[in-house]
Amino acid sequence: MRKYTLRGAGILGVTGLTFALAACGSSDDGSTGADGGESGDAPGGTYTWWDPYPQHDGSSDWEARVQACGEDAGVTIERTAYDTTALTNQALLSAQEGTSPDVILIDNPAVSTLADTGMLTTVDEFGLDTSSIDQNLLDAGVVDGNAYGIPIGANTLSLYYNAEILDEAGVDPASITDWDSLTAALEQVTGAGSKGITFSAIGTEEGTFQFLPWFWGSGADLSQLDSPEAVEALELWKGWLDEGYAPNTVINNSQNTVWEEFLTGDFAFAENGTWQVNSAAEAEFETGLVQLPAKDGGVAPAPTGGEFIVAPVQEDTARYDVTRQIVECMTTPEGFVETANTFAYYIPPTAEGQEALLEENPDLEPWVEAVQSAKGRTSDGLGTDYPLISEALWTAVQNAMSGAATPAEALETAQADAEAATS
Amino acid sequence: MTSTPADVGTRGESRGAAGTEPAAPSAPRRRRTLSSSQWAAVGFAAPLLVYLVLFYAYPLMRNIDLSVHDYTIRAFVQGNAEFVGLQNYVDVFSSSTFPTALWNTAVFTFGSIAFQFTLGLALAVFFKSSFRLSTTLRAMFLVPWLLPLIVSASTWAWMLNSENGIVNSVITAFGGEQINWLTDPDTALLSVTIANIWLGIPFNLVILYSGLQNIPGDVYEAASLDGAGAWRQFWSITFPLLRPVSAITILLGLIYTLKVVDVIWVMTTGGPGDSSTTLAIWSYREAFGTGQPDFSPAAAVGNLLIVIALVFGFLHLRLQHRQEATS
Repeated sequence: MRKYTLRGAGILGVTGLTFALAACGSSDDGSTGADGGESGDAPGGTYTWWDPYPQHDGSSDWEARVQACGEDAGVTIERTAYDTTALTNQALLSAQEGTSPDVILIDNPAVSTLADTGMLTTVDEFGLDTSSIDQNLLDAGVVDGNAYGIPIGANTLSLYYNAEILDEAGVDPASITDWDSLTAALEQVTGAGSKGITFSAIGTEEGTFQFLPWFWGSGADLSQLDSPEAVEALELWKGWLDEGYAPNTVINNSQNTVWEEFLTGDFAFAENGTWQVNSAAEAEFETGLVQLPAKDGGVAPAPTGGEFIVAPVQEDTARYDVTRQIVECMTTPEGFVETANTFAYYIPPTAEGQEALLEENPDLEPWVEAVQSAKGRTSDGLGTDYPLISEALWTAVQNAMSGAATPAEALETAQADAEAATS
Repeated sequence: MTSTPADVGTRGESRGAAGTEPAAPSAPRRRRTLSSSQWAAVGFAAPLLVYLVLFYAYPLMRNIDLSVHDYTIRAFVQGNAEFVGLQNYVDVFSSSTFPTALWNTAVFTFGSIAFQFTLGLALAVFFKSSFRLSTTLRAMFLVPWLLPLIVSASTWAWMLNSENGIVNSVITAFGGEQINWLTDPDTALLSVTIANIWLGIPFNLVILYSGLQNIPGDVYEAASLDGAGAWRQFWSITFPLLRPVSAITILLGLIYTLKVVDVIWVMTTGGPGDSSTTLAIWSYREAFGTGQPDFSPAAAVGNLLIVIALVFGFLHLRLQHRQEATS
């Protein structure tokens, strides 16, 4: 949609859009402001809730689940769904206008960005208990030692395979434990006439998201993009492309396109996320899952995906009491499992929740394992520097994959760009 | 800033309503009639003025305001952006992306316009001689205009796909080598330019075709009596007489093409690397393409585009002026 707006508004697009969004922001202003006045102390009233799930409309299970949490707290929840990027912009604009909603579910890399503006309350201020949440997942929302939200569930990446192709080529998925065995498997399946692996190296956040398991799996660190380990990771990808194990389209593939390519049944492997579990089960061929291998064996840390529940600062602090009840309702062990089941692609962020989920659905075992070894993108104290580093990294991946630069050169430039951007 | 248009609006409207009455009385008090009819004029102009201020002047001001402050996200929310003067412009000009983006913008814009105009003109001349099905065919050439851009851009991206695209399957069927249209830094810009040419042909066709309708038929008749062939007629009649229409078509095309974001964004997101990044794409990417909106440099690049478009606009006005002076 935004693309049309921009075309129409032309060169003024940037401001035009900001302007348009500001207008939307202030219309929300009216409702929130009025509610604030009514529901200051009396029970009841309306609480506003934003989430990035426009695919779940007013009649969905998700909406019912949100409303149930409101009913438990004795209030009505007014839920508004935006798409992921629009949600971040909306949240920023509403904060600018002083009309933030009571609760936002937001993609985890955006938490530190929002927290940096001072628009979010910390978990401690709210008196929420986060001790049971897996630290690796919680970390994505930690800025300067303060947690600014609670993950409502997590997803991550893993390596799907087409069991029929592997069978034909005589590859045992269990043999794939490190980079060398994976490359050997790719050689074997392409030798048998199939296509090897597909992934996303697109020039957006998705590209970085997909590259990180290999980047981290080599032992590289986001604070040093041009380390020898990082170069090895990029050379691995580039090598697959040069050998014809990966199609040239990976340079422009979004994660969705990757999945579509995999569903054609031509590819032996595809790097993709928890959210495709159902689709994989319905595929016309038998699929399986191996953990993304680290360079020298073991499971590579994949980046965590998934939304955090955050509570923006309100002028009327009397609202916090009910907001806390709503947040708690979403973050009990039962609440986590229910969310996981509603979405079918969320792994609960607590040990207890994961156990409960596995009891109901033992097939998700590999995903629970993947989530446990996953790592937040904004962790390691990167916080708001992450988006800048990420942009440098995906540009390097693009330049190296397309042959505009060698992996080493591309990463050297990336490191210089990242340093310039974050200093 | 907002108080001025509001004043103009209310004052203008109240006087405007009254202003219609005294228009009827007779001539003697000439001065007063004149001034009240002036007020009426202001009243009628007021809605337009308010509109212009709200939707043109304000965004423009805001864009300039954004570009001379350092709007980090924090500053955006708290409204305390630091004034940095021209620092954002300095950063833009010294960025390694700038020369690439400027060059790409030039190639993309002039490449698109040259082909759009030539093909549009050729088709317009072709359709001028009515023949059976000419209306239907002409209507079909408008299809690129009717399709939502996201659809046509996705279709082009799909056709130019390295592995599964129809273009490559034709090339390989005839023994050629697979071309990585969108993923090779050498061809990415060419690919998006081709798609944009296709999109722009209908616009050129329609305007030039209507321009052709205004060339009197007897000129051609006289020329053919003098023995001028089709080629000679084109260069000696059509082309010179079409010059004013051509100039405006090219100018509009230039402005439309300078700011194209959607086609390129959908097809390559400006990549691989920066190889198909134009100034407009760069601006969009800074503002919305990353996890961290950077409104200030985005606005600076946007302003730069406005200036470029303005320069060409003035150039056009000057040329037109000279043309009118000589004729």
